Amino acid sequence: MALLEIKNLGIEFRGLRALSGFNFALDQGELVGLIGPNGAGKTTVFNIVTGVYRPTAGDVLLDGKSIAGMKPFRVNRRGIARTFQNIRLFGGLSVLDNVLIGFNQSVAHGFLGTLVRSRRQQMEERLHEEEAIELLRTFDLVDRLHDSARTLAYGPQRRLEIARALATRPKVLMLDEPAAGMNPQEKMDLMELIGAVRRKFNVGIWLIEHDMKLVMSVCQRMTVLDHGETISVGTPQQVQDDPKVIEAYLGKAEV
Amino acid sequence: MDQAASATMLHRGEVPAWAVNLGVGIVIAALIPVSISFDKYIDNYVLDVLIRIGVAIILAVSLNLINGITGQFSLGHAGFMALGAYTGGVLLKHYQHQIHGALLPPVFIGVTILGGLVAAIAGLIVGIPTLRLRGDYLAIATLGFGEIITVVLNQIESIGKFEVGGSAGLHNIPHVTNFFWTYAWVVICVVVIARLVYSAKGKPFFAVREDEIAAAAMGIDTTYYKVAAFVIGAFFAGVAGVLSATLSGNLDPGDFNFVKSIVIVVMVVLGGSGSITGSVLAAILLTYLPEQLRAFEDWRLVIYALLLIVMMLVRPEGLLGNRELWWKRKTAMV
Repeated sequence: MALLEIKNLGIEFRGLRALSGFNFALDQGELVGLIGPNGAGKTTVFNIVTGVYRPTAGDVLLDGKSIAGMKPFRVNRRGIARTFQNIRLFGGLSVLDNVLIGFNQSVAHGFLGTLVRSRRQQMEERLHEEEAIELLRTFDLVDRLHDSARTLAYGPQRRLEIARALATRPKVLMLDEPAAGMNPQEKMDLMELIGAVRRKFNVGIWLIEHDMKLVMSVCQRMTVLDHGETISVGTPQQVQDDPKVIEAYLGKAEV
Repeated sequence: MDQAASATMLHRGEVPAWAVNLGVGIVIAALIPVSISFDKYIDNYVLDVLIRIGVAIILAVSLNLINGITGQFSLGHAGFMALGAYTGGVLLKHYQHQIHGALLPPVFIGVTILGGLVAAIAGLIVGIPTLRLRGDYLAIATLGFGEIITVVLNQIESIGKFEVGGSAGLHNIPHVTNFFWTYAWVVICVVVIARLVYSAKGKPFFAVREDEIAAAAMGIDTTYYKVAAFVIGAFFAGVAGVLSATLSGNLDPGDFNFVKSIVIVVMVVLGGSGSITGSVLAAILLTYLPEQLRAFEDWRLVIYALLLIVMMLVRPEGLLGNRELWWKRKTAMV
């Protein structure tokens, strides 16, 4: 049984079929890509899995239990964290606070402990701070701890979003176009970082990306979507050579 | 340069929690002799203004939790205040001949908390259905709530044997509140809300304000936090209501119309949305200022309004913006 399993998933918006017959499996420690041209339905898949949309067909299983149609915060508590295509940081809060908020589910002390600032509460807060700083060190953000997230440059903002997602201690990390808007060097660095995250945190990573070349180099497997249909599944090499994929990206060959 | 190598460094030079707790206790205890000497030596008018400043601080700080910190624009704070004020006023007036002497302080504490609880329940009832609304729509819904309270209070002459007063208002409420009661609640309100929001447990309030979708994706039950903000905010508004009812001794439904709500919103915005100490400063300033402007009589409100306009032009983020006066590191908010 895979960690994340998606069976025959589909969704319709007022009769418009945005996704159909989508199957997928992801194991712990795997790095898998989801690619496809604009409007293929990649983000729609992510939004269904994370509870933003309710699927009209099929099921999503995490550890064998259905999470389809659950509210986003419950999906996250079950162990799925995500980033967004258009970065959604807590812009007015500090870099450190962004990550600390990710730890909110690990807070064990109650409201009373908070009000009297009990020993336990303080110990716990310091522990979380240590952990957050460690996490930010991995993402090379430790010298910006007290700057508001809004003031970071684009690349660091993307990194912070991943760090924040990891703070919720997920089993599955879903990255929606993490390299969008980056220059080639930044992209390479980011892919290296994602590979390191997979090894260090032992999470299953599922990644949406536009840039075929980029995902080819890091992903073990990938799914290709076009117009809501899965047109190819396999290793990067298999997918790259698939005529259907070439057609989706470049158009039909003239005879 | 590493700004902070570890969390231990972040906490260097911080006052330990037990010392702060002790300090809060001492401050509240010290209010008793201060209050007694104030009653004796300070002019009634000045004392009246001081207490009204205290009430304003409670109102502004509690609304800041809803509007500034959680980002849920509410125009119904006067409604919550009215519920507390009438709960306290009606009960204390009805039982005034039974309660006196040594019985009065504990009863007053109970009545104040009860007033807060009535408002908090209203906060819960109003909160759950209206929190699906955002921004302008929420503002209008909460405005509607406040107006309903005013209209209802205008209609009710009495509940059973309890006199409510209707449109004529409720008069001759015993003047129980004093400097001590008011500022003890000011300290409790500020400490509770500040500790709550500047702690691990309270950070999600800010997250909801910053980005609800991202907050939910981080496992935060956004509805819970929004309702919690309304319930806690409403509780303290209710407390402030009881305090103000027993200050003047008179209640009029018209005192709690939307203008009152807007005055509190102005305090929050002027102090800086999200800044607790900012709300405290603005509450002091905006209660004191109109008193000082009494010399200008008819021009009073014009000058007051002009000052607000100038303030918003010069410092649109409010007096303190998002910052706090002290506990600088704790905030780490920009």
